Amino acid sequence: MLAAIGVDTVAELFDQIPEPLRLDRPLELPEGLSEAEVYERLAALAARNADAESEVCFVGAGMYDHYVPAIVDAITSRSEFLTPYTPYQPEISQGGLQVMFEFQTAMSELTGLPVSNAGLYEGPSSVASAAYLAIGATGRRRFVVSRGVHPHSRETLATYSVGYGAEVVEVGLEDGLTDAAALAAAVDGETAAVILQSPNFLGAVEDVGALGAAAKEHGALLVVACDPMTLGVLEPPGAQGADIALGEGQPLGNRLDFGGPSFGFFCATEEQIRRMPGRIAGETEDVDGRRGFVLALQTREQHIRREKATNNICTAQALNALGAMVHLAWLGRHGFRELGELLVRRTAYARERLAAVEGVELLHAAPVAREFAVRLAAPVDRVLDRCAERGIAAGYPLGREYAEYEDGLLVAITERRTRAQIDDLAEALGAAIAAERVELVNQGLTNSTEEALG
Amino acid sequence: MTLTQTPMQAERAETIYEKSKPGRRAAVLPDAEVPETPLEQLIPQHLLRQEAPRLPEIAEPEIVRHYNRLSRRNFDLDSGFYPLGSCTMKHNPRLNERVAALPGHARLHPAQDPRRAQGALELMWLLQESLGEICGLPHVSLQPSAGSHGELAGLLLTRAYHAERGERRTKVLAPDTSHGTNPASVTMAGYEVVKVATNERGGVEMDDLRAKLAENAGEVACLMLTNPNTLGVFDENIEEIAALIHETGGTLYYDGANLNAVMGQSRPGDMGFDIVHVNLHKSFSQPHGGGGPGAGPIAVSERTAPFLPRPQVVRREGDNGHGPFFDLDFDRPQSIGRLRGFQGNFGVFVRSYAYILSLGADGLAEASETAVLNANYLKAKLADGRAGERLPIAFDRHCMHEFVLSGKPMKDQLGLATLDLAKRLLDFGFHPPTVYFPLLVDEALMVEPTETETKESLDAFAEAVERILAEAEDDPELARQAPYTTPVRRLDEVRATRRPVVRQQLGEPA
Repeated sequence: MLAAIGVDTVAELFDQIPEPLRLDRPLELPEGLSEAEVYERLAALAARNADAESEVCFVGAGMYDHYVPAIVDAITSRSEFLTPYTPYQPEISQGGLQVMFEFQTAMSELTGLPVSNAGLYEGPSSVASAAYLAIGATGRRRFVVSRGVHPHSRETLATYSVGYGAEVVEVGLEDGLTDAAALAAAVDGETAAVILQSPNFLGAVEDVGALGAAAKEHGALLVVACDPMTLGVLEPPGAQGADIALGEGQPLGNRLDFGGPSFGFFCATEEQIRRMPGRIAGETEDVDGRRGFVLALQTREQHIRREKATNNICTAQALNALGAMVHLAWLGRHGFRELGELLVRRTAYARERLAAVEGVELLHAAPVAREFAVRLAAPVDRVLDRCAERGIAAGYPLGREYAEYEDGLLVAITERRTRAQIDDLAEALGAAIAAERVELVNQGLTNSTEEALG
Repeated sequence: MTLTQTPMQAERAETIYEKSKPGRRAAVLPDAEVPETPLEQLIPQHLLRQEAPRLPEIAEPEIVRHYNRLSRRNFDLDSGFYPLGSCTMKHNPRLNERVAALPGHARLHPAQDPRRAQGALELMWLLQESLGEICGLPHVSLQPSAGSHGELAGLLLTRAYHAERGERRTKVLAPDTSHGTNPASVTMAGYEVVKVATNERGGVEMDDLRAKLAENAGEVACLMLTNPNTLGVFDENIEEIAALIHETGGTLYYDGANLNAVMGQSRPGDMGFDIVHVNLHKSFSQPHGGGGPGAGPIAVSERTAPFLPRPQVVRREGDNGHGPFFDLDFDRPQSIGRLRGFQGNFGVFVRSYAYILSLGADGLAEASETAVLNANYLKAKLADGRAGERLPIAFDRHCMHEFVLSGKPMKDQLGLATLDLAKRLLDFGFHPPTVYFPLLVDEALMVEPTETETKESLDAFAEAVERILAEAEDDPELARQAPYTTPVRRLDEVRATRRPVVRQQLGEPA
């Protein structure tokens, strides 16, 4: 090969790098390892994580421990789906492109909006992309966001908004739901988008239609983040007046993976089709009249429009979206709805069961679908530690994100959480809270003790 | 040309919705085990959905057959040579899939308390350290989800860095040949793009750079570059470029798309770059998945480090004989904030870290050497015979990991566009190179063979190009009508943009 090139050594090929810029030492990294050794090294790291296989997981907060059917792994691990690049040559990418088309159809059905893209990175950055679309659609640079929207989405939006030169206004919650009066007061003629989430971060099902009226009145876009697993039972955002419905796709066919990769879905009205971010597959025909699929509307995209592109994103999380599509096909029309009903009923049971525990009370009474918030009469972190000792990840401590809910715990239910596990959780929480209170009494730190000592 | 249909061509593409039959299903769900309370007693009626979404109704064997059938309508890296320039289509080791699927990784909840996710956080920290060493920049954030996300992060970092110094700069320089994501990211970050001319070597035109810096004195926030550049050639002026940018107080951004050429050979940090994004799905072997997932971590210099996204994975030294503790650090007051949910694409990190462990220091350096060797060999092969005449190299010098050919003589002499050659290559079982990029080369073909291809594959590709050019001398129409053997032939892309059909229309089932 060197002779064909006309050099004596490979090193000569690197002569084009100026001498001072050539690394004159090996990288400070370990020597390479055999496959068996790499496996052992990574298995040892994995063993130091408490995962949802080794403990019973009631943690949600945007990502959920659903059962992913075996066929999802079987199909997504096929080389033909795993190893191609983006479908730039449609003649040899019909499989991937058709999957995108089927996925777009499914997401459009779920959200009740006619147009879906082929996927974005994940949920929170999809919110930021919706905001960017809203600037393009309205020429305005102000977003009104409910504090019921996932904290990561709000933080991501804030990060991006510095670049957008846009203002973000947050509206608070009232008994678990977006404060409708405050929202109406916050929206004005300069507002590009009103951004809601339902179920919101506290698990509460928002009345999106009613809240969205403020957006309609002022010509702002209504953007609704939603949990796809609830859309078999909850009114879809499209039917409630949403211009854009989006969300974190992980519950559909994707692993927890410590937070990624997953995908974001993004659906909109026909009016916004030429402002959509990301890839979109479209149906067309080949020269012989055969049905086929291509990347459609590429004139929105960065490789053609450059600085005028609708977004800089060119990743569709295609493999993750395939996982979602296979999961949805496996559930099917009726299974998907039944799963939604199962989640609502088990969640109702769990909520009632936990509320009956001494030291636990509901944080809000609003309707919920698959997640709910409670207040604990003992320090949340210590209660979580005690539950973890019993192999239960009891929930997400709301104090991490909401100073006003320092005593709050968010509990999520999936079809994997059985009635017996829910009963165990109630028992563990009760025991943990009782133990913490005893400890506090022993330390003489509670008001009741002080009163008793009088 | 006879146009006999292949069996796959004869089969009409049917979507899964068209295979749906009312009443069929796959999933068996667990029993509810709790009271079957009517939903409207739990959630107000007007917030409940009336009709279930029209998902397909289909049994498991047919789902499997459907997607297996679809998979066969894809070409993939495991099936053949995929010299797609700038995309680094190297082999994806299956070991990485195996370790990513371990329950300790795959079923780890992202909100897990750091004390109970020490293995995951240590892995992320180790990957940060490794990428920092490879890039020659000590501070790494794994958060960005892709290259373009890393670009946006780097530009927001630049903005925060200048804001901290009380400066408000409005412009970002980028070569006129840059990848389209660069200008798109610039706009999203609130800057205006100023194009810098490219010289005949694909490098920065130094006089134009000086002129643009003078014209926009005090306004330039950043220069975005890739090195090796878009012609696959190392820009030997890089030190001078870095000095010019740094003198004016700007940052120098490295688009890591071409990092595969220089691992263990030369480091962007040593070249003077302040911010680098690394495409883990290119140089670090994460499978591309047909368009994602990937990840685009950034490595940055000391002066921009305080602004890195939050949270950051940190190692805290243990006390009282305890080992180190790996934590998520949220207490970063100067941070630009979050760019996404949770901590990043962890599953990608597992695969890339496994890759780095497998290759080690020597292996990574050797990978770049072999990538450069393979590219130069294929370039030499294509400089012979018809290709040398019809598809000359755009800039004739040793290349790094990829090179660019110009199809202009082929078009002028044979009436064959680069697109025609690309489509004819499909019939020979090859994925074509990147076409019509970079923009400065007429009828460009950008070829990146990567280090995981054999000499035999490279020879076979060169031979296919030769055959296509030979047959075109007799009958150029053959390539103009290609491909013939693919599941579908050339598709009407204009229609898909003018009158987009982006979902299946579903009738109400009876």
